[in-house]
Amino acid sequence: MTNTELAELSDTLLITAIGAYAVAMVGYTVEYAFGAKGAVASRVKAQLPKQRALATVGGGTPDTSADVPTPPAEEPSAKRGKSARFGVFAIIATIVGALAQVACLTTRGLSTDRVPWGNMYEFISAVCLAGVVAWLVLAFTKPVRHLGMFVLLPVVLLLGLAGTVLYAEAAPLMPALNSFWLKIHVSTAALASGVFLTGFVTAALYLIRERYERRIEEWAVQDAKAAVSGMAENSADDSDESEDADTSRELRFPLTLGPRLPSSETLERLTFRIHALAFPIWTFAIVAGAIWAEAAWTRYWGWDPKETWAFISWVIYAAYLHARSTNGWRGAKSMMIVLAGWASMMVNLFVINLVTSGLHSYSGVS
Amino acid sequence: MKKDLRRAWNVITSMRTALVLLFLLAIAATPGAMFPQRSLNPEKVTQYYKDHPDLAPIVDKMSGFEVFSSPWFAAIYLLLFLSLLGCLSTRIPVYFRAIVKGPPKAPKKLDRLPAHATVGTAPAIKAEDIATILRKGRWRVRMREEDNGTTTISAEKGYLRETGNLVFHLSLVAVLIGIAVGALYGWSGGMLVTEGSTVCNTVQAYDQFTPGKFVKPTSLPPFCVKLDDFRATFADNGQPLSYEADIKYRAGDDSVTQDPNTSFNLEVNKPLRMDDAGFYLINHGFAPIIRYTDRYGTVFESPTPFLPQDGALTSEGVVVLPDANQDPASTERARDQQMAFEGIYMPTVPESGPAIRSARPERNDEGVMVLAYRGDTGLNTGIPRSVYTLDQNQVDKGALKPLGSKLLRPNEKWTLDDGSVVEFVGTVEWMSVNVAHDPGQLIALGGAAGMISGLMVSLFIRRRRFFARITTADGNVLVTTGGLARTGSEAFSREFAALNKKIVERLDLTPVQEDPESSPVKTKDLPDAMQEITDVRAPASAGKE
Repeated sequence: MTNTELAELSDTLLITAIGAYAVAMVGYTVEYAFGAKGAVASRVKAQLPKQRALATVGGGTPDTSADVPTPPAEEPSAKRGKSARFGVFAIIATIVGALAQVACLTTRGLSTDRVPWGNMYEFISAVCLAGVVAWLVLAFTKPVRHLGMFVLLPVVLLLGLAGTVLYAEAAPLMPALNSFWLKIHVSTAALASGVFLTGFVTAALYLIRERYERRIEEWAVQDAKAAVSGMAENSADDSDESEDADTSRELRFPLTLGPRLPSSETLERLTFRIHALAFPIWTFAIVAGAIWAEAAWTRYWGWDPKETWAFISWVIYAAYLHARSTNGWRGAKSMMIVLAGWASMMVNLFVINLVTSGLHSYSGVS
Repeated sequence: MKKDLRRAWNVITSMRTALVLLFLLAIAATPGAMFPQRSLNPEKVTQYYKDHPDLAPIVDKMSGFEVFSSPWFAAIYLLLFLSLLGCLSTRIPVYFRAIVKGPPKAPKKLDRLPAHATVGTAPAIKAEDIATILRKGRWRVRMREEDNGTTTISAEKGYLRETGNLVFHLSLVAVLIGIAVGALYGWSGGMLVTEGSTVCNTVQAYDQFTPGKFVKPTSLPPFCVKLDDFRATFADNGQPLSYEADIKYRAGDDSVTQDPNTSFNLEVNKPLRMDDAGFYLINHGFAPIIRYTDRYGTVFESPTPFLPQDGALTSEGVVVLPDANQDPASTERARDQQMAFEGIYMPTVPESGPAIRSARPERNDEGVMVLAYRGDTGLNTGIPRSVYTLDQNQVDKGALKPLGSKLLRPNEKWTLDDGSVVEFVGTVEWMSVNVAHDPGQLIALGGAAGMISGLMVSLFIRRRRFFARITTADGNVLVTTGGLARTGSEAFSREFAALNKKIVERLDLTPVQEDPESSPVKTKDLPDAMQEITDVRAPASAGKE
C-alpha cells in the first residue's frame, strides 16, 4: 500500500531540511553579530547615543521611531561585505531547506498516495514550511534578513519535535479524513499557522525593541537633566547622581538585542501586515472546516475541543486587529495580544491533539 | 435618565468595550475545551464526577459542563453583538454620507499632510485635466473653487475598505441568525441500523433525539432507509481504509407504505442528502446472532449489536431474554429462570492465547466468547438501563447466576445443564447514523462567505485621499498636491509620487525644486477634514521606511 522507499527518502529529506535550516541559522547569526546592524558595529559606536540624545532634547519630543542609535555612516566596509555574504549564504541555505521540505512532503504524499498533511507530524512540517516561505518573502522585500535566526529557531524546534516525538510512519488516511475538504481545510490551517508564526516572531521582537527604545529615551532625558542641572549648579551631589545613572546603563538580555532590530514602528507595521494576511486565511480554514464537519459529522459547529480552540485563537487575533486601532492599545499592548494568540495556537496544536480527546484525534501519535 | 442611557450606550458601543468583550469571549470559551461537555459526551461528564467528586458539583453549578449554553457565555456574546450593532448603527450612516458627499474640501495647507509636493508650474493649465487623470485612475473627484479664485481638487479612493468592514460585521450577525434558526427549527438524532433491516424517521426509531425549540417531534419529514450491505476495508496494520454502506431509501408520504427503492452508496464524508434531512454514516460494528432454544423448545433469535472496544473490533454486548424458560402452559412467570448472555465477539479469534481480544478487524475467523447467566435479569424493574451491559446488581446479589463460558464458532452449539441450547449463528454488521436537519445552515454559510470576502476587502484595500491646489501667482499657475493614507503609507508614497509625475508629464509642467527637509506632520495637527481617514491614535506614518 505504501511505497517504503519513497517514505524513507522523505524521512531523509526531513533531516536534510533541518540541517539546512541549522546551517542557515549560523549564517544569520554571523550576519546579525558582525553585520551593518550587528552587535560589533553598534558597540563601536556606543558613545554616539549620548550626544544624539542631548541634541534631541532641545527639539521637543525625541523621535522614537528613528533608529536609535542609527547605523554609523562610516562603516568598516570590508567587514560589512563579508557578513552580508554570510546573510546571502544563510538565505540560500534557507531556500535549500525549504526545497528539501517541499520534497520531503511531496515524497510523503506520493508514498501514501494522498495529501501529505494527514497527521500531526506532517501538519507541523507543513506549518513550518509555510512559516519559512512567509519569512523568505519578508526577507526579500524588507530589510530584515539579519533577523532570520529568530524565525528559524522556533521552526527548527518544531520540526525537531515533529520528527522525533510526534513522528508517525507513512500510512494511508483513515476513512474520516478521506475527503476533498482535507486538502482545503488542513492546508489553509497550516498556511495560516505558518504565517502567524512569523507574526509572532516580529511581535516578540517588537516588544524587545520597544522597551529598548524607551530605555534609550529615558537615558536621554536623564542626560539632559544632568546637563541642565550641571550647568546651573555644578554641585557634587549631581555628579554622584549622574554616576549612578551611568552604572545602571547596562542593557540586559533580551534588551541587548534591541540595537540591532528594526525600529519599533517598522516591526509594528510588519506585524500588522502579517496578521492582516494570516487572519483571513485562518478564518477561511475555520469555515472550510465547518463545511467539512457538516458533511462528516452532521453539524457545521459542535464545540469539539479543536473547534473551540480554533475559535479562541480567532477571537484573540480579532482582538489584536481591533486593539491596533483602539486608543491606548496600539503598540506594546496589542503585541501582547499577538503573543497570547500564538500561545493559543500552540495549546491547540499540542494540548488539544495530545491530551484532550475529541473528534479531531488524528495526531497519529501513539 | 436620558443622559445616563446615552452614556451607557456610548460605553457599550465603544471599541474599548468591544475589546474587553472579545477577551472575555476567548476566556469564557476555554473551560469548554478543558472540561468535558454534556452536549458532546455525557459519559465523560459522568467519568469526571467519578474522578473529581469534590470539584465536579462546583464545575457543574457554574455550567462548566454546558459552557456554550450557559447564561454567562450567552451574556458575553449577546453584549458583544449589541456593541457591534451599536457600532454599525453609527458607522453605516457616516459611510453613506461619505459616499453621497464625496471627498471633503482640500485643507488650507497641503504641506501639512503626510505626503505633499509642489508639483510644478506652467503658464496656464486646466484644472479639469488633473481631474481627468485622477478619474481615469478610478479616483472619486470633486473640484471646488475657493474665494480667491484658486481651484482645489479633492480625490478619494478605497471606499471599498469601509464597505468590506461593514460587510464583515453584518455577516457576523447573519451567522448568529443562522445559528439561532438552526437551534430553533433544526433537529438531530442518532440510531443504529443492522444489515437487512429498515429504519424510518420517527422519534421512536432514535436512540437519542435532539429537537429544536420549535420542532414538533410528531411531524418529522417521512422517509425510510434499508441497509443492504456494509463493507469495511483495512490496511495490513489494521488501520481502517474505507467504510461503505449500500442502502435503499424512499422519501415522502408513500415511504410508510412502500419499500425503499432508491439505491445510494453511503460513505463517511458522503451523506445522503434529502430535502428536509441529511443521513450521515458515523460508525459501524458487528451484531452477532445468538440463537437460544429454551427447555420448552421456544427459540429466541435476533441480531444483537455489540459495541466495538478496540481497533481490532473486539466487541462487547449482552443478550437478555426475560421471556426464556417460561412454561407456555402456565401463566405464572418464573423470574428466576430468565436467561442472559454476555458476549465478547472477535471478528478474528487469535490463533494462540486467551480468546478475549480480536486479532484483526476483518471477519476472517470469527467467534464469540459467551458467558451464560440464569436468574432474574432485573429487566422488569422498569428502570431504564443500558442494552450493552448486564445489571451488575443482580449478579452481585446472586439473583443472576453464571453458568460458565464457552467460545463458540459459527454454527457451534453449547448445551446447558438444563438441556437448553445456545448457538452462535453468525453475524451481520451494523452502522450507526446521525440524521439531522438544520434550516439555518445556509444562512450561516452565506454569513461565513460574507465574512471572508468582507475581511479580505477591508484588510487589503487602502483608503487614501489626494488633493491638488491650483493657484495663480505672477501670471504663472502653480500646482501643489498632498495626500494621506490610513494604512500602507509606503505603498501610498509610491502612488503619490507616481501621480505627481503623471500630472507633470500630462500637463507639461515645469518641476519646482522642493525643500527636502520639510518636516513630516503629526496626525494631531491635521485639519479636520483628515481626521476620519487617519488613525487618530497612531503617530503619522509620514512616508518613512
